[in-house]
Amino acid sequence: MKNCYINGIGNVSIQSVDFDLFKSEAAGIQILNKAQQPSYKDLIAPAMSRRMAKGVKMGIYAANNALFNAKMVDPQAVIVGTGLGCIEDSEKFLDAIIENDEQFLTPTAFIQSTHNTVAAQIALHLQCKAYNFTYVNGANSFESALFDAFMQLKHFNKENILIGGVDEIAPYTFSMYEMIGKVKQSGEEVNFKNPQTKGIALAEGATFFALSNNKTNNSYAEVLDVMLFNAFKDDETTEINTFLNKNNLSVTDLDVVFFGVNADAHQQEFYNRINTVFNEIPQGYYQHISGSYDTASAFGLKVAAEIIQKQALPKSVQYNNIEPTKIEKVLMINQFNNTDFSFVLLQSC
Amino acid sequence: MQKKVAITGMGIISSIGLSVEENFQSLISKKSGISNLENIQTRHASEIKVGEIKITNQELQQLLNLPEENTFTRTGLLGAYAAKKSVESAGITNINELRTGLISSTSVAGMDFTEKHYKKYEEHPEYQKYIQSHDAGDSSNKIAHYLGLKGFVTTISTACSSAANAIMLGASMIENGYLDRVIVGGTDALSKFTINGFKTLMILSDTYNTPFDNDRKGLNLGEAAAYLVLESDEVIKKSNKKVLAYVTGYGNANDAFHQTASSENGEGAYLAMKQAFEKASILPDQIDYINVHGTATPNNDLSEGRAMSRIFNKVPKFSSTKAFTGHTLAAAAAIEAVYSVLALQNNTIFPNLNFKTPMEELNIVPETEVVQTEINHVLSNSFGFGGNCSTLIFSKS
Amino acid sequence: MDALKQELKERIINALNLEDISIDDIQDNDPLFGDGLGLDSIDALELIVLLDKEYGIKLADPKQGKEIFQSVETMAQFVAANRTK
Repeated sequence: MKNCYINGIGNVSIQSVDFDLFKSEAAGIQILNKAQQPSYKDLIAPAMSRRMAKGVKMGIYAANNALFNAKMVDPQAVIVGTGLGCIEDSEKFLDAIIENDEQFLTPTAFIQSTHNTVAAQIALHLQCKAYNFTYVNGANSFESALFDAFMQLKHFNKENILIGGVDEIAPYTFSMYEMIGKVKQSGEEVNFKNPQTKGIALAEGATFFALSNNKTNNSYAEVLDVMLFNAFKDDETTEINTFLNKNNLSVTDLDVVFFGVNADAHQQEFYNRINTVFNEIPQGYYQHISGSYDTASAFGLKVAAEIIQKQALPKSVQYNNIEPTKIEKVLMINQFNNTDFSFVLLQSC
Repeated sequence: MQKKVAITGMGIISSIGLSVEENFQSLISKKSGISNLENIQTRHASEIKVGEIKITNQELQQLLNLPEENTFTRTGLLGAYAAKKSVESAGITNINELRTGLISSTSVAGMDFTEKHYKKYEEHPEYQKYIQSHDAGDSSNKIAHYLGLKGFVTTISTACSSAANAIMLGASMIENGYLDRVIVGGTDALSKFTINGFKTLMILSDTYNTPFDNDRKGLNLGEAAAYLVLESDEVIKKSNKKVLAYVTGYGNANDAFHQTASSENGEGAYLAMKQAFEKASILPDQIDYINVHGTATPNNDLSEGRAMSRIFNKVPKFSSTKAFTGHTLAAAAAIEAVYSVLALQNNTIFPNLNFKTPMEELNIVPETEVVQTEINHVLSNSFGFGGNCSTLIFSKS
Repeated sequence: MDALKQELKERIINALNLEDISIDDIQDNDPLFGDGLGLDSIDALELIVLLDKEYGIKLADPKQGKEIFQSVETMAQFVAANRTK
């Protein structure tokens, strides 16, 4: 059976373009966090970029950096996960429909609003005619893409695959989220360790990975297993153990566990429950750096891959006070509102 | 050793019927579902024809026995209806007894409700419960919940090829032992958003769509949902279940040519078909019938026709069923998978309605009548914006 | 006519988001598509909307655009002859 290595990472996030987990101090989280846009000029010709949504640009940039980082030139699949796609253009097109009473509408916003536009534009940019998929399943959209790539590398005749997660913020969507309390209300504290209020701190970003079944000098980590599901069939502890046992591991074999905690007091209950399983394991978190969005867990995978490669868990991402002695096996757990669950198991290589 | 992928159940709702049997009857009696638009308020209503399902959301909710307080949008309602029928038709009583998944697909998602309430949410808190229903994944989670399914659930959105990719992923997961059975398909409701979107691209016909005709003027949008139950042959051996057909081949490629248009020579389509033949280990001339994508836009039919002419020495009998149903976007490949299985089961090719004049550029003509002939392998094409090209091959059980 | 051409250039730049191009960069007879400004079929659709919105000219078939959108010159002539507003 062939393996699945993470060989390259590219990213656009709410942190500065040159943000380094091991050197930089992360900018604090607000309730609304926009991505720091890099310069796209060298990468995307003006004739192309003039019609590109923010999500497309972030995606192409992150994808390109992931490939460059891995020295990969011809991925045999491009697989993208996104919760809402280029939602800003969906809003633009809807606004135009309403404001102009369905007249004088132009195609650009509509074209961008289709969920697959990021993966499609990456294919166009790379002139890549290979397998091209887009997953749109809320908080495990990215893990769906990761799972597909994992299966393709293991069982299909593919060596190199580009995957990523991307989501953008749009103004009216944010205000709708305010109305239903999906995001924190103005003035509320954003606390990831002991959240007192409901709602997340919304953000945006793109994180891409060059995956391969060839291990290289640049390999960060190996993906051992990926599992996604809508609801626990059994009790949570049993299912976590079953997943680990399937991989010949038990909880005590884990060196770090990463939680997708998102500062929502309501959603914290899930993590508090499973915390009892992992109370002797070093724990990490990442959404206090990335902010929260459907594909923030792609940023989480970047953090996990980097700490495995560096064999260091910086204080800034430690969720409890237990220091790892080594970082070989890492489990990532994520969900949103008690659905779209995912487990991602990594190991050092 | 890879497992074989059997189809053991099907459910469908489209403008030509609320069941597999009704769809089949419409197809063999040339009864099209294209009509004037009734359920959506739009200033373009008189300029377009649609494949609309003449059942209201309230009626669908009743058919599904949903509680009053549900937050299903039409996409979710159609999906739940068809998915439930597929599970029943596969004789599944305990859905979580085996490792069962749901792979759904949609392009419209909850847009049909969002567009109704957009900008009114603040004044109307009673609509706010639909805000979360906008997400594509929300419809799949609702369908899974409705079926009582706990397990692998995901959603694919690759524009008009979406459901083909759902079927492809499901088949791959069964073959490689990740699931024992999986419900795969897609759902899309008509919406003002897509009507206006396709309008801006100037590819909507103002009359009945005419696939592969020289004078074709564009597509009719439609709405539908369909799901297939796929099971591994290992599971089937134990249950002695009747197999409707097998998924034997699939291919996925990107045209990498243009944001919305297909390339002149149909490179993406050609590559997708080529991969599907390799996967199925059959030669192109073993295909007995092609259910083409055939949207009736000038660009699609020419590009697809060229790709077919390139890959086949002699293009097999083919037809587009979009003159019956309209283009049902993410659901298209799912309803056409159902039609492909019906073609295999009944040794029947369905007619390409509204065809009169062969295309100038090509030497191929679709079947315009119901044809009875031995069918062992059916190929189904689906292509979407963004160059997403997918091909599926279904084979007799 | 010159005023109309200036106006068209400005509107083309705005509608198509041609950030790096100024009015002076577009000559009256420069081809808009292909080698000239490098516009594509989506731009053609945008220009069709521009004709409708600004000049009250409706094109039913996108193919008509091919002749009309050859250059700012051909576009201006078409607009001058067919405008309803």
